[in-house]
Amino acid sequence: MQNEIRVKTGLAEMLRNGVIMDVTNAEQASIAERAGAVAVMALERVPADIRAQGGVARMASPDKIREIMHVVSIPVMAKVRIGHFAEAQVLEALKVDFIDESEVLTPADETNHIDKWSFRVPFVCGCRDLGEALRRIAEGAALIRTKGEAGSGNVVEAVRHLRTVNAQMRRLRMLDAEELVHEAKELGAPVELVRWVHEKGKLPVPNFAAGGVATPADAALLMQLGAETVFVGSGIFKSEDPESRARAIVHAVLHHKEPEEVLKAHEGLGEAMPGLEVSRMDEKDLLQTRGW
Amino acid sequence: MRVGVLALQGDIQAHEAVLERLGCRAREVRRAHDLDDLHGVVLPGGESTTMWHFLRRTQLDEALRCFLRSGGAAFGTCAGAILLAREVRNPDGRGLDGIDIGIERNGYGRQTESRVIDAATDDPEAPSIEAVLIRAPRIVRVGSAVRVRAHLHEEPVWVESGRVIATTFHPELTHDTRVHRRFLDLARDFAEACMAPDTQ
Repeated sequence: MQNEIRVKTGLAEMLRNGVIMDVTNAEQASIAERAGAVAVMALERVPADIRAQGGVARMASPDKIREIMHVVSIPVMAKVRIGHFAEAQVLEALKVDFIDESEVLTPADETNHIDKWSFRVPFVCGCRDLGEALRRIAEGAALIRTKGEAGSGNVVEAVRHLRTVNAQMRRLRMLDAEELVHEAKELGAPVELVRWVHEKGKLPVPNFAAGGVATPADAALLMQLGAETVFVGSGIFKSEDPESRARAIVHAVLHHKEPEEVLKAHEGLGEAMPGLEVSRMDEKDLLQTRGW
Repeated sequence: MRVGVLALQGDIQAHEAVLERLGCRAREVRRAHDLDDLHGVVLPGGESTTMWHFLRRTQLDEALRCFLRSGGAAFGTCAGAILLAREVRNPDGRGLDGIDIGIERNGYGRQTESRVIDAATDDPEAPSIEAVLIRAPRIVRVGSAVRVRAHLHEEPVWVESGRVIATTFHPELTHDTRVHRRFLDLARDFAEACMAPDTQ
């Protein structure tokens, strides 16, 4: 068990300091790899289209995922519905490298997430705060990402979630040992993991950011706020010139602390994807509230 | 002695943490001039395609070749080992030619084949080393001047030649600092060679 989680978080470590891109076909996957993506996320429709078209969003078809695995040599991730362990079993049989149990797809179980310990393949899960992150880690997630608001082209929710997790970890660091059990109760997280964060000041698995990244500066912002890698969903293939934007976001992540380089990444880029004002959205249209 | 970590992508921080535990603050190398006056450089694990993408765009690949030719110490893990190799397979190409080996990307398969396993070393005092293999490359050819320091079922996983070390596993993800200490010895050796008065 101990070795298995190290092999799982080990792959997450290898993906650090990079960009993971959503792709829906082999051609997009090749563009992403050429642009310097560290991994691709295979899905049927990007979040912006899921949002626009509605209906039930499921795991991508295995044929499509296999096609993507065939054309790129970087790791291939794919999404399953929250709680849909049979979709996850299918993806494991297909030998994808990482599974995202994702709020972007329509949840299959409104109460329970997948028991990720029972899989060999590593899982990434979304979170909005520290309690949610630690619950997913307790279930066996090898990588955590902030949820943000997928498909919105608006980075505000990713910033909120990243800042929330960071602030809660800073607070936890200052508590007395006697206060940890109560804190675990408040967070709704196992006390062992709460104690771990109290001692080390970080999550026991890598912490990436996702949701609403549309520009190189958005990616640089999340990296400077402490994200270890950035997921870009609709931001690339819903923009005017996906190939240039993919390269630009990769460049901005590498040089996120150097404004001149982030400026260079912005120069000559076409239009970003259109954005949505999250605060005016109907509660029922939010993807981030799926899962708990 | 000054060492650096190639900081383009991958588990840069894991290597920095080990070096720091060994009393060494590493410089992050992102541009050719970051290599100036270094005695050793670590090439971390990560995605070699992504690293090549940056190396070529910044001409850091040429600077690294130069550094290696001048005798600088280098230590590559996994993707870093791919960068240091002479030939690369899957897809076929050339590496930085820091060490005379042929290496096959993802030679053991996808993530479901990743594992932690003990490899056998050439040191009778410490005959095994814990090898964390993650989508690991496979060393498929070893030149005559290359010393195999550890192997797994007769396949090399830790090789050395001159001042260059390549491992297909990740010592930076374990508590075992043997390979990093060996790298620092080689970097110190180069630093001393640089300091020695010119005997010619």
